Amino acid sequence: MPARIPPLAITAYTATCAAARGLDALADALRERRGGLKENDLAEHPLACFIGRVAGLEETRLPAGFAHHDARNNRLAWLGLNQDGFLDTARALRDRYGADRVALVLGTSTSSIGETETAYRHLDADGHFPPEQRRDVHQPHSLGMFVQDVLGLDGPCLSIATACSSSAKVFASAERLLRAGIVDAAVVGGVDTLCGSVLYGFNSLALVAPQACRPFDAARCGLSLGEAAGFAILERRDSTNSHMHKSAPVLAGYGEASDAHHMSAPHPQGLGAQLAIEDALARAGIGPADVEYINLHGTATPQNDAVEAALIARLFPAATLASSTKGWTGHTLGAAGIVEAAITLLALERGFVPGTLNLETPDPVCGPQVIIDNRERAVDIALSNSFGFGGNNCCLVFARAQAA
Amino acid sequence: MSIDVIIEGIGVWSPALPGWHASQDVLTGRAEPVAAAGARPAASLLAPAERRRAPDSVLFALEVAQQAAAMAAREGSTLRGVFASDHGDLAINDYLCATLAQTPEQLSPTKFHNSVHNAPAGYWAIATGCMASTTALSAGDCTFAAGLFEAALLARSEDAPVLFAACDLPAAGPLADVVSCRTPFAVALVLSPRRERGGAALRVATHVDSAAMGQTRPSTLAPEPALLHAVYGDNPAARSLPLLVALARGDRQTLTLQAGPRLYLELEISPWLN
Repeated sequence: MPARIPPLAITAYTATCAAARGLDALADALRERRGGLKENDLAEHPLACFIGRVAGLEETRLPAGFAHHDARNNRLAWLGLNQDGFLDTARALRDRYGADRVALVLGTSTSSIGETETAYRHLDADGHFPPEQRRDVHQPHSLGMFVQDVLGLDGPCLSIATACSSSAKVFASAERLLRAGIVDAAVVGGVDTLCGSVLYGFNSLALVAPQACRPFDAARCGLSLGEAAGFAILERRDSTNSHMHKSAPVLAGYGEASDAHHMSAPHPQGLGAQLAIEDALARAGIGPADVEYINLHGTATPQNDAVEAALIARLFPAATLASSTKGWTGHTLGAAGIVEAAITLLALERGFVPGTLNLETPDPVCGPQVIIDNRERAVDIALSNSFGFGGNNCCLVFARAQAA
Repeated sequence: MSIDVIIEGIGVWSPALPGWHASQDVLTGRAEPVAAAGARPAASLLAPAERRRAPDSVLFALEVAQQAAAMAAREGSTLRGVFASDHGDLAINDYLCATLAQTPEQLSPTKFHNSVHNAPAGYWAIATGCMASTTALSAGDCTFAAGLFEAALLARSEDAPVLFAACDLPAAGPLADVVSCRTPFAVALVLSPRRERGGAALRVATHVDSAAMGQTRPSTLAPEPALLHAVYGDNPAARSLPLLVALARGDRQTLTLQAGPRLYLELEISPWLN
């Protein structure tokens, strides 16, 4: 088991998804149980299903100096950076620590592949990219390049792409950079957008529900795809700005593990997920009984939810609350980790636990942990689970400052 | 701030560099690189049925990973994995985008799940029974350096050996208009936090040149031998060549790799000790 890590202060965070732009709107949507899933109305991808679409991206324009990064994914990144004052806070890190002392670690699974799809729909008569598409956006690191440009950072900069665990794993990479003293702060986050690849790809695997997804319901029949952007700032708690750091919630631990089982199906006993959870608890120096809330991966596919529910029932006491918030957001893939980290942090900071939207009749495999309704209650320590294709599992531990 | 690790194992595969031991003469300039036409890595770790289904990105990454683990005499299942690629599998991206433009309902589910950037990491974990953490990353042209740094830091932070593999493949279809890579290249290293067996010490430090504005520094970045640079200069994973040449020569060397628009990795390589 890994050694305990010093907790890191999360001095800022934000999230934008189909249900809300920014933290206040997201907290309201969660409390009022207003989800963002609607019938698919993307004209270029007419698949009959529900999606979690962020309104207005078609009209969003990047500022003039950054126009060469234009792609739906980078537009959503820009929209996300402009919520909760995050852009100014992140830019101020450069002044406080120096551009070379701030890392940027972002997760994405789609990156700008949607823009590449667009280019393929508009090839010229000889089958070549049109001139306006001959840009640097057609690569996985498009997101990292754009945000690095916007924030003016010179420290280590990575795009992590491990499918649906991508923007959970960014916290682990950033923690290592901070613990080793390579940087003094890290901007982490993730952005994924709706595109043909994921809509028709998940459809080809028969994993897309015709209606809004119903996590952990006995009658669930698949996921609803969504899009989202989220960001957070991590700093050591002993850093200079100590007043702010002492009251900020913390990243207390993380765990990463592989299933070694199948490319697109979870391990039947959830062994990789279990290893990730146990690793995360050990790094945080806590046991299962200390965990008051778990934001589950809960995609609403028959297999994921069956495996995850059985695992939670096996590992945690009945008093631990657990829910999936994908009924609000859809499955935002490479952005799921950061969006659900933000929801988990809201639960800690605002003293309420979201239930599971669209869940009516829990699958009998669910233990007492899985809740339907929201609860108003203080939470000191919470987990967020993210599992991806390739059997890639990540679990994050967050805690209120007072509990760290 | 520097990070010290031991390179215990090395793997390399390209049509002119079919394995670490077979490539010594080419890397040290004693022989010219000769590319075997149509050659593909064996990736014998994969079961035959899986090898047929696996995309090139997986075959290349698993081939070099397997070589490096064997040289380090470590079981793959005991290694944490860092898999780096600038572009991932461009042939699959070409297939996905072309199919979506024509007949989206006919998209292949296997091609779709193989399209994730962590497909090599996933196949590696399955083939070796590895339940340790694996990750997959991209950092544009600087992917090799960024991945090496991530892997070295992981080995030190976790106090455990790490497999690092980097692979990039030729552009396919219209993507060749925006991706310059024309030659496949894959490289892998097993990095250990301390000396337990044979290996070469590697010290990695970061350095920011705020005046660099994204320009490379040819004097320090030009790989040798020049012939290899001519063949592989378009492949981001082949940015590893100066390191591979230094390891093949067995000299004490320092060299610089670009790791970002203004970020550089300074590498200090010591001779191999058994």
